[in-house]
Amino acid sequence: MTVAEKKKPIAERLLEGDRNAVARLITWAENGDTRFHQALAGIYPELGRARRLGVTGPPGAGKSTLVNELVGELRREDRQVGVLAVDPSSPFTGGALLGDRIRMESRTIDPGVFIRSMASRDSHGGLARATIDACDVMDAFGFDDVLIETVGVGQAEYDVVSAADTVVVVLCPGAGDSIQAMKSGLLEVADIIVVNKNDLPGAQRMVVDLEEAVHIRLAGKGRWITPVVTCSAGRGEAVADVLAEISRHGEHLGEQGLSALRTQKRAGQVRLAVGELIDDYLWGEAGYSQRVASELDAGRTPYEVAGEIRDAVLRGERP
Amino acid sequence: MVMVKRKIRVLIGKPGLDGHDRGAKTVASVLRDHGMEVIYSGLHKTPSEIAEAAAQEDVDVVGLSILSGAHMSLFPRVREELAQRGKQEVLLVGGGIIPAEDVDALEKDGYARLFGPGTNTDEIANWITSEMQIRFESEGDEE
Amino acid sequence: MSKNENSMSATGSTETVNRVDARAIWQEAIDKARLREASFSTLSSDELQSLYGPEDVDIDYDRDLGYPGQFPFTRGVHPSMYRGRLWTMRQFAGFGSAAQTNERFKFLLEHGQTGLSTAFDFPTLMGYDSDDEHSLGEVGQVGVAISSLDDMSTLFDGIPMGEVSTSMTINGPAPIMLAFYIAAAERQGVDRSELRGTIQNDILKEYQAQHAWLVAPEPALRMITDMMSYCADHVPHWNTISISGYHIREAGSTAAQELAFTLANGMEYVRRGVAAGMDVDSFAPRLSFFFDSHLDFFEEICKFRAARRIWARKLRDQFGAKDPRSWMVRFHTQTAGVSLTAQQPENNIVRTAFEALAAVLGGTQSLHTNSMDETLSLPTEKAVKIALRTQQIIAEETEVAHVTDPLAGSYFIEAQTNRLEQEAEAYFEEIESRGGVVPAIESGFFQKEIHLSAVKYQRQLESGEKHVVGINCYVEDDEGPSIDIHRIDAAVEEEQHARLKDLRSRRDPVGVERELAAVRAACSDGGNLLERFIAAAHADCTLGEISQVLREEFGHFKEPSIL
Repeated sequence: MTVAEKKKPIAERLLEGDRNAVARLITWAENGDTRFHQALAGIYPELGRARRLGVTGPPGAGKSTLVNELVGELRREDRQVGVLAVDPSSPFTGGALLGDRIRMESRTIDPGVFIRSMASRDSHGGLARATIDACDVMDAFGFDDVLIETVGVGQAEYDVVSAADTVVVVLCPGAGDSIQAMKSGLLEVADIIVVNKNDLPGAQRMVVDLEEAVHIRLAGKGRWITPVVTCSAGRGEAVADVLAEISRHGEHLGEQGLSALRTQKRAGQVRLAVGELIDDYLWGEAGYSQRVASELDAGRTPYEVAGEIRDAVLRGERP
Repeated sequence: MVMVKRKIRVLIGKPGLDGHDRGAKTVASVLRDHGMEVIYSGLHKTPSEIAEAAAQEDVDVVGLSILSGAHMSLFPRVREELAQRGKQEVLLVGGGIIPAEDVDALEKDGYARLFGPGTNTDEIANWITSEMQIRFESEGDEE
Repeated sequence: MSKNENSMSATGSTETVNRVDARAIWQEAIDKARLREASFSTLSSDELQSLYGPEDVDIDYDRDLGYPGQFPFTRGVHPSMYRGRLWTMRQFAGFGSAAQTNERFKFLLEHGQTGLSTAFDFPTLMGYDSDDEHSLGEVGQVGVAISSLDDMSTLFDGIPMGEVSTSMTINGPAPIMLAFYIAAAERQGVDRSELRGTIQNDILKEYQAQHAWLVAPEPALRMITDMMSYCADHVPHWNTISISGYHIREAGSTAAQELAFTLANGMEYVRRGVAAGMDVDSFAPRLSFFFDSHLDFFEEICKFRAARRIWARKLRDQFGAKDPRSWMVRFHTQTAGVSLTAQQPENNIVRTAFEALAAVLGGTQSLHTNSMDETLSLPTEKAVKIALRTQQIIAEETEVAHVTDPLAGSYFIEAQTNRLEQEAEAYFEEIESRGGVVPAIESGFFQKEIHLSAVKYQRQLESGEKHVVGINCYVEDDEGPSIDIHRIDAAVEEEQHARLKDLRSRRDPVGVERELAAVRAACSDGGNLLERFIAAAHADCTLGEISQVLREEFGHFKEPSIL
């Protein structure tokens, strides 16, 4: 890369198809680097073309394998695909081993595919905080589809909803997944439920149980009834059925529905960002931490201190 | 300005055909324990696959492990492939059974450090950490 | 000093105390004594007692030991053991071109080696020809490059294939390599039924530890059953699988894991053979084993003894084998490559000697001793000779070969042997609960267990809990290699390219196409693949061409992510 090229604004390079710009912008987003925010302003008008698909589910359900196979299907249709694979960061060291590239081995040499591994860092909702940003970068670059694979989720970790147009929940028979999914609310975020490893005993039973659960919850005219489809991602069977349901969900939303959905999700992103900014303002270097400590030392209860801080903020008092 | 939280991102790569991944995986685990984000390439990768992964993942460090004796062919190839992708700035390190004279040649070729058998893994992690701290500070606002 | 004083405690009187009291007195003394370390453990991190007595082990001689050559073979597979015949001294060799390795083979035979053992380079191990793009830089590096029948013929030029016993360390493309070997023998005028030797052909441990595979596990297992049935009929003296713990151990496992995973793999091959319709006694006697001998002297000896006992019980009681030869674990041993250090490399001679001694006391049938310079490069001739001499010194000078299983009956030895058997049984159950060996491979179970053991050992080494001379104690400053380094000439790669080019230009293309098509057909119609490989070898099809057909027909193995 020449110096002149390097001097070109990164947003411009991204729109011109520079793959390193994709990589670097995602890094900046992950690091909370303000240069990302500037660049986003440059690419924001270009956003909205890519279809954003979230794939989530409990550990071991076969998320990576399904994503790998979905990418294969999409490539057969000659679509350019970006993949964001999120793995957990260690809460103790902050480090992470990002293993999804190995699972997607057969796609890593395809120039129509771009895989980025992300560590969840300090987020606990199954997605890296910067995942939405990374989706934006891939969208602006021109990928037709962006697949987001979450960490193996346990309970109430459903950030993926905020990043995806269509959420695919992957479960597999025999692991107690369906009961767990019903209890935890995982089904409620699903636009499509996939029963993977359909050759295992109990798969059909599981489909029946899930369909029942979904229909009881969603009976109503004109509403999207979450379909339950089976496949065997490991053997590459019936993956096209999953993709067909994804497309059907897109058609169901329609242009208007999708636009409304996205605005709603962007609003969520704003709320999250406001929260982060305020959090940083309150508890960052120049924040209220000192004051809280001294008030507590003076014997006040946590609720008294909290009330005071709220009043101070509302009065516009600098910390 | 929101505080920038930089993490050291590392790709541990296994170029060539040898299947000895004990060292590569152990080092990957140790670097994770030192707070780095580590991507492991998997086995039997070509130099271009490794370089492409390094580019997509925007890693700061590429660490290669070879125990087949093919380092003099494969290590320089990985460096070339990285340069072709504009990734010549990554910190390149290697490990394996590498005779001293090859170490010299590879260090001239752009490899920052080569770690031989018996190297303490914490030492590897600490060396990478301090090297990257220097780089992060000197890079400042550059891309 | 203080330890001796402490241990005096309440004794000193001449009156006899009963054993329970005596033990309590001893225990008390031990509890008070100042010891060198907080705890003492084996190399595998199993806590050891300070002493083993009759209370610590249940020895049922008839059930658990028996006599050598008798069930359950704990004490050895032959009644006379080394008084009848010493172990086979078999040094693994192979590097560069077939012609170079041929010279090394002749050198070793001249120096008293009694069997040949072939190492292949990585392209060959992965089923690539020397001129394939994947082979760049690796041709002839860690073993010999064999891409065709011509290469195999050169490798054994001037060596009577009907007389030597040959071991070939190859797995993924093992059936193809055996086909080259059979075809080369036929070129020498030697009938396949006269051939003796062993091919490693243990694909399961490749997925688990060594990682040189050709296709996915199920088709790979089918090729192996094809080979077992073909050899039972046509190559009766050939050992069709050398079920190997060596690579599992070298990848970082504990002794118990090596034992358990190896035997679990062995049982899987037996299951497959039986499922393919073979009588267990028609092929089980041709299965042999290959273990590591590491530095934990006693644990290693116990591992070998436990292996014999477990296998005998499984084959007789679980698989219903009737032929006692099916019950026997006959095994080759190699000293632990991972125990060698690049620092102060001459010390490796000493390490290897202890490991070799453990293998002999454990009753090995054949032995490879590593050369001191193997952490630096391929061994030089001098280093190989010292390694061979190490075995000869054990055989000729130490007198240890005079008595069979000399450590039997030791409380410690029997307790450790029992412990290893129990740990192996627990692993067998775990593997079973994961659906068997192949599903456990696909989910990365073995790989993860091995990785965790490797990391644990590394931590213990770095924290100083475990000691290695030259690494974390008795370190010397100037440690540049003081020994010669054996380098592979880069010209080997070019020579191989030229040889292959020449072969491709002079062979009959119609025959090549016909035989490759026959291989392809056999993939799906169930014909015996080994038979097809032999025909393809005679038609000068290359290793890479045959392998490519298999990859296309059978699909590749996806490495599970275990980190």
